[in-house]
Amino acid sequence: MSKNEYTPFLSEILEVKKHTELEYTFRLSFNGDVRPGQFFEVSLPKFGEAPISVSGMGDGYVELTIRKVGKVTNEIFELYKGNTLMMRGPYGNGFDVEDYKDKELIIIAGGTGVSPVRGVIEYFHKNRTQVKDMTVITGFKSPSFVLFQEDLKNWNDNMKLILTVDKEDDTPSDVCENTKELPAYQVGLVTQYIPAIKVKSKTDTAILVVGPPMMMRFTVQGLLKEGYPEENIWISHERKMCCGIGKCGHCKIDDVYVCLDGPVFPYTKGRLLVD
Amino acid sequence: MGYLLNENNFNDVIQEWQKDYLIYAPKKMLGEGMYSDTDITRYAAINDISEIEWEKKSDFSFKEVLLPLSETLFYYTEGTVKEAEANRKSGAVIFLRSCDLHAVKRLDEIYLRNGYEDFYYQRLRANVRFLVIGCSATYDNCFCVSMGTNHIDSYDAGLTINDGLFHINSHWEEMNPLFSRCSQKEAEVVIPFVTSNQINVKVPENLSIAVNSASLWKEYDSRCINCGRCNFVCPTCTCFTMQDIFYTDNGKAGERRRVHASCMVDGYTDMAGGGSYRKKNGDRMRFKVMHKVYDYKKRNGYHMCVGCGRCDDVCPEYISFSHCVNRLEDAMKEVTGNE
Repeated sequence: MSKNEYTPFLSEILEVKKHTELEYTFRLSFNGDVRPGQFFEVSLPKFGEAPISVSGMGDGYVELTIRKVGKVTNEIFELYKGNTLMMRGPYGNGFDVEDYKDKELIIIAGGTGVSPVRGVIEYFHKNRTQVKDMTVITGFKSPSFVLFQEDLKNWNDNMKLILTVDKEDDTPSDVCENTKELPAYQVGLVTQYIPAIKVKSKTDTAILVVGPPMMMRFTVQGLLKEGYPEENIWISHERKMCCGIGKCGHCKIDDVYVCLDGPVFPYTKGRLLVD
Repeated sequence: MGYLLNENNFNDVIQEWQKDYLIYAPKKMLGEGMYSDTDITRYAAINDISEIEWEKKSDFSFKEVLLPLSETLFYYTEGTVKEAEANRKSGAVIFLRSCDLHAVKRLDEIYLRNGYEDFYYQRLRANVRFLVIGCSATYDNCFCVSMGTNHIDSYDAGLTINDGLFHINSHWEEMNPLFSRCSQKEAEVVIPFVTSNQINVKVPENLSIAVNSASLWKEYDSRCINCGRCNFVCPTCTCFTMQDIFYTDNGKAGERRRVHASCMVDGYTDMAGGGSYRKKNGDRMRFKVMHKVYDYKKRNGYHMCVGCGRCDDVCPEYISFSHCVNRLEDAMKEVTGNE
């Protein structure tokens, strides 16, 4: 009899970190191999399941950064430390840090797209000598939407880090608690900062681009315009998934199942996918 | 081995089978059709051979025997999860046509080989026997010959009716003594398969995703009403959506189900937070057609569509899938500019 892959296991909420009104990071007990960019099907009985990408990992835990936007995630926010969530996974391929070693690493991420690459940034922040150079550009809608503030402050010490917001908040920043101690940021789209990226050799780069579909499209366009080879670019797709294991069909694009073959794709493969 | 059985003989066989198997066959449901005073042919468990509809093509396929329309995966109470029991614990014998047995291979491909083996499918798939009914003549809208699914030998038993006798060709060795005991006589039996249909389709050899930008898809924007019936009658469509329900008497207990889903119906690609893809019906038609005759083959080496034509039979807007496939050649010319 095959293993029942649909039965979730209980995972304890070890810690909850609030980033914005809508986005929290949940540290959940988990023992097993996991890669950044992989995802778990997180579920709450009664409300259903949702695929959530891994934003961090450590001994005995994984971190999932969850945005309160649907009926599952809304309910997750009602749970706090000491409670449990149900999960199954990890699924998907994730990012393979081996692919980026000894390269000049560029990571451009927008909004919740920072979650799947956070583990990659963390890895090379700790093992900085494994890449020749490192540039990270993170973009958010406005100051009150900035995620991983503490990380952004820490990462700054050994990589080129640009934090940018599309625009200032409409309301004065002091109404948003989380904008009080923001690290220095700039205003503008991530694409504006592409020409200024300094590398020794554009062919010797590894570039990760993750974010909303439009942001990924224009970012890649910008990179190609600057002469970066498309073979050096990786992207990560986000789709509706009900199973995470190649059955339910919702995430299929052409002959590719995002849950099995992705969500991380070399751009040369990912660019051919038309929904 | 071949056996000739009369109706009583066959019912004796059925009775014997029922010790270990549920018998599923196409059955005419009176008055349950699409319009008033029309019938529908669907699969159901039968006890007697006279219940089987031999003449008409079944409107729905055998698919629900292996993939129930709605299937409870587990029950939960607070922090505990209890796996649901199978809705069928015994084996099954399914009476079906050649195209449909070809469709089983497609279901197996997705549920047993595409990623993890599916526990719930495997549970219902184990110990299922297939009895293929020969096709002496083609039905409306069938194009099995074009899809290469008109013929099959990998059945447990083949069946055809001649002069009021059931002619059975058995590959099911352990049942041969039973067939022998219940038969009028033993003889060579050849199961008929159609060698031509009224409808032929041609999937262009140069078909590629370039056809996505062809103009034909736009025509379906308004004509298709995204009801999804084509998906639900298709013997090869495998998609499902998860659904959690909880009991009104006890809000802490409930169950998770998977229910059939359709790529034509609104909401199929909707993500939390508002993202969605293929908002136009024409794009959904394109996605479905290309899956059936292009990208499934790219992944698995053979076409998904088995040419049963049920999608054409059921469409309330008279959209023809086979006609659409036959337009792909021109569509490719349009996009490659070779006209």
